[in-house]
Amino acid sequence: MFRELTIGQYYPGDSIIHKLDPRVKLMGALVFIVTVFLANNVFSIVVVTAFLITFIALSHVPLSFMLKGLRAIVMLLVVAGIFNLFLTPGNVIVQFWIFRITDVGIKNCIFMIIRMTYLIVGTSVMTLTTTPNQLTDGLEKSLGFMNKVKIPVHEIAMMMSIALRFIPILVEETDKIMKAQMARGADFESGGVFKRAKNMVPILVPLFVSAFRRANDLALAMEARCYNGGEGRTKMKPLSYNAYDHRAYVIEGLFLAATIVSNILYNRYVSDLFANMLGM
Amino acid sequence: MGIIKAQDVSYQYIRRDEEDNIEDISVALDKVSLDVEKGQFICVLGHNGSGKSTFAKLLNALLTPSEGTIYVDGIDTSEEERVMEVRQKAGMVFQNPDNQIIASLVEEDVGFGPENIGVPTDEIWERVIRSLKAVGMWEYRDHSPNKLSGGQKQRVAIAGVMAMEPMCIIADEPTAMLDPVGRTEVIEALHQLNREKHVTVILITHYMEEVIGADRVFVMEKGKVALKGTPREVFSQVERLSELSLDVPQVTLLAHELKKSGLNIGDGILTREELVQALASLSS
Repeated sequence: MFRELTIGQYYPGDSIIHKLDPRVKLMGALVFIVTVFLANNVFSIVVVTAFLITFIALSHVPLSFMLKGLRAIVMLLVVAGIFNLFLTPGNVIVQFWIFRITDVGIKNCIFMIIRMTYLIVGTSVMTLTTTPNQLTDGLEKSLGFMNKVKIPVHEIAMMMSIALRFIPILVEETDKIMKAQMARGADFESGGVFKRAKNMVPILVPLFVSAFRRANDLALAMEARCYNGGEGRTKMKPLSYNAYDHRAYVIEGLFLAATIVSNILYNRYVSDLFANMLGM
Repeated sequence: MGIIKAQDVSYQYIRRDEEDNIEDISVALDKVSLDVEKGQFICVLGHNGSGKSTFAKLLNALLTPSEGTIYVDGIDTSEEERVMEVRQKAGMVFQNPDNQIIASLVEEDVGFGPENIGVPTDEIWERVIRSLKAVGMWEYRDHSPNKLSGGQKQRVAIAGVMAMEPMCIIADEPTAMLDPVGRTEVIEALHQLNREKHVTVILITHYMEEVIGADRVFVMEKGKVALKGTPREVFSQVERLSELSLDVPQVTLLAHELKKSGLNIGDGILTREELVQALASLSS
């Protein structure tokens, strides 16, 4: 049931993207998110798409693997799409009973779906090519300044990386518990939403118990290996920028600039053109 | 003085009710004394609830004795400032392979211990390479631990301990959750480390077969050391062992039964070859 969950998983590889410094990739993800929301016309969407396809191609991660992450949000996409489609005011194009579809609605709906899809795919380029440890190392280092205001950055980063490592284990465990209960006649498939939600309770209870037990074991194992918080720790893979990373920062900058420029170009020239054409 | 020395060690689990009154005391260890020489392969055998896991945690300073003292390489484990030193000297491998691997990549997990004790980066890598090779998991360095078999995960855990360069590895039922193949892998890896790197190994188990290659065996029962000696000495006491409801290896049991029914063969036969030899020498 949860097997297709790819968020936070790592796809081992040896590509340029894999080798980039996690801080570069974090920044990249941030830039990407910003551009996805900046892009509000065909031009800039094309620019974003071009960059996204390049990144995916460079990462050598199979596209199918990335799209798997989308399955989890299909429902969300559908619901959000419908709301955008029917509830946006504008020039009515189609109307039946109480529903009406407007031109702005269609545009919003398409852009919304593209944005959400790109967000998931784009950020999964980052998570699939970065080990959770690198990722948290990157976060720890880029947010290091927050230590000064007494925010325990290392501890938070450590918790995140452990959480990520235990996702697949807990998913497997959920599967096991479900099967064990199905074997004894539990029914998770039929009934309405509420009934199904209620039927999940007997899964959650043992899952919680076992998660706590695991946490306890893990804490012991960490202590036994001399874990003592962030102080005095050295790094096995210390982060350091190389030439590629600097270039990558430049590319990210160009990406952001390209999106903004294409937005401006569109607004200045093309949108008028369309308006004129429609006016005709 | 040996690398590990326990003097009259007792440990009680105390359960308290809401008002902090003592509700129940269960004695896990009762005045245990033992001495482990450097470089030995030690087995601690015992049933569930015999106190063997508690003993393991005491050696690693995860618990401190209620009474008595434990010295690890001359350090008293109840000295709070030196706990980290104790843990570095006496590394510990736990039962559940999933719950002791911290990182999502084999090599990063092995590097976790050295990172914690502040080893410089270059040396961490040397240690990781050395320990992964020692347990035969070097080819898997860039794999996710989730994709490994139980035996492989335990070997990674052992490598993780080895990378801290301990003098002693305490393995607390490392094979309890594994299939027979995984079990042999892990025990073989421990023996190899003991032989080649001269690490003292304390293997806590309830599988008799794993005891055979050990230098010394301690059998625990109700928090006390009930029997001790070489595997041969211990297994020659078949009746006493079954009193403690521990099974002896099948070959030993067979030899014992044969002897009881009148054949003239020695005590404490541990392997098939020994039994064959003993029987062959009878017929000649």
